Amino acid sequence: MAIIKTEGLTYVYGEGTPFRKVAVDHVDLEIEKGDFAGIIGHTGSGKSTLIQHFNGLLKPTSGSVYIDGEKLWDDKAKLRPVRFKVGLVFQYPEYQLFEETVYKDIAFGPKNMGLDEKEIDRRIKETARLVGIPHDILKKSPFELSGGQKRRVAIAGVMAMEPEVLILDEPASGLDPKGREHILGMIKEYHKEKGNTVLLVSHSMEDIARNVNKILVMNDSKLFCYEETAKVFHRSKELADMGLAVPQVTRVFDRLKAMGIELDEDVYTVKFGRDLLLDKLSKRKAEQN
Amino acid sequence: MIKDITLGQYFPGDSVLHRMDARVKLLLTAVFIVMLFIAKGIEGLAVGIVFTVAAFLISKIPLKMMGKSLKPIIPVIIFTAVLNLVFITTGDVLWEWKFIKLTRDGLDTSLFMVIRIICLICGSSLLTYTTSPIDLTDAIEKLLSPLKKVKVPVHELAMMMTIALRFIPTLIEETDKIMSAQKARGADMETGNILQKAKALIPILIPLFVASFRHAEELALAMECRCYHGGEGRTRMKQLKMSILDLWGTLFCMVFLAGVIAVNYFTKR
Repeated sequence: MAIIKTEGLTYVYGEGTPFRKVAVDHVDLEIEKGDFAGIIGHTGSGKSTLIQHFNGLLKPTSGSVYIDGEKLWDDKAKLRPVRFKVGLVFQYPEYQLFEETVYKDIAFGPKNMGLDEKEIDRRIKETARLVGIPHDILKKSPFELSGGQKRRVAIAGVMAMEPEVLILDEPASGLDPKGREHILGMIKEYHKEKGNTVLLVSHSMEDIARNVNKILVMNDSKLFCYEETAKVFHRSKELADMGLAVPQVTRVFDRLKAMGIELDEDVYTVKFGRDLLLDKLSKRKAEQN
Repeated sequence: MIKDITLGQYFPGDSVLHRMDARVKLLLTAVFIVMLFIAKGIEGLAVGIVFTVAAFLISKIPLKMMGKSLKPIIPVIIFTAVLNLVFITTGDVLWEWKFIKLTRDGLDTSLFMVIRIICLICGSSLLTYTTSPIDLTDAIEKLLSPLKKVKVPVHELAMMMTIALRFIPTLIEETDKIMSAQKARGADMETGNILQKAKALIPILIPLFVASFRHAEELALAMECRCYHGGEGRTRMKQLKMSILDLWGTLFCMVFLAGVIAVNYFTKR
């Protein structure tokens, strides 16, 4: 069964004012348990609005959202448990840190869930390990940390709730390449270890291509498609028309194909492209000999 | 949503009132307040009412907006009315119950007070509805500039006001974001007693505080990078200019002021 399902989900900002804007327009979507999905779309395409419906932060103007088969907004009291089930990490999450120590800040979510001290402690230790926060930092004030460390602490704060679905809005934005790599690596690790559903909003096609197995494309408030990575990048022309780019390496290989080099598969990671090329070259060498 | 709060009340438009010079409007608002307060009886106040209604019609501000600015002072209006009704005990008795005595004089005075407050709020909110906050601070700076001679930091004060106004929407947006983020971590802001509710604000207030300090620091740096050094020798892109409209506005206002004085003089008390 799909963990997240939407039916005709529509959200309108500023209904009844001159500033009325449809942010999400009739989205029908089913995200399966265990998916690691990327969400792409240009700025203002409705990505952020869409994900805020998945944990009941925004109420749909019309249409409905089902989490694990249960319809949201039928009973307002049930919204809080949904937020523990679907963890949402906002863009620049380090700005939400507030506690005296890193330990206490990560504990905020689990504490709100009503867990006991021992369980909270276990979860903090585990997420700290997962995101790579050393033990001595746990006792420090979150305001003393570096930008990248703060980001990791903030993400750990949501991960510690052990949500069945983890949604991250641009978790790597504003970090240097090393920090990016680290954050994305740790998200991938989390997915591998827990087998939970992970949704990753990102502008970087390279980051998406390297990590996820499915891609959701938003265009102009509408759902363009939700399919396997390869299938989505195969439609590079349509993506380009939307103002989205496929990964650089895919473009390189598209050009190679246009030049008449026969390649049977689509390439969207550098590693895979290298292997494919090496394979092709060695075959050609074998033919020549 | 929290974004719906109107703080800067400016309502864009192109009416005569909108086009008038902010300095003149500010001074005329002061004249308007004087007009309302020197009116001795309901007859004098009637002139003030006519002026308020006329200004309102000229401004082309929707009636709904007026209601919006009156809403927060409804408690004050009720309080004034009740106070006057109960404590003025001269004149014919209209109704009596135990120690409470309602009299003709009490009713008259409380009506008079209520109408005066309503006119006052409506008239002065026209100023903020038709003048953008930036124009308003410019006008205040200009009007107060003679005080520079006695070492009052007029420019600095005006700059502080401009910056404060500029950052209100930014901070509202920030609050919205932080609230969503903490709600996503299960923060509960709706249930519980007052103490619990106050405690629930901590996760919002601390990040907000940190954010405003960050904004202040960044802004200070940006201003310094552009060689900001206070008001001396500083010119403006948008100059305040007086036109014939302002003359007419002033005349219009003065006629009504004279009207109130005349009514005061001719009605017998």
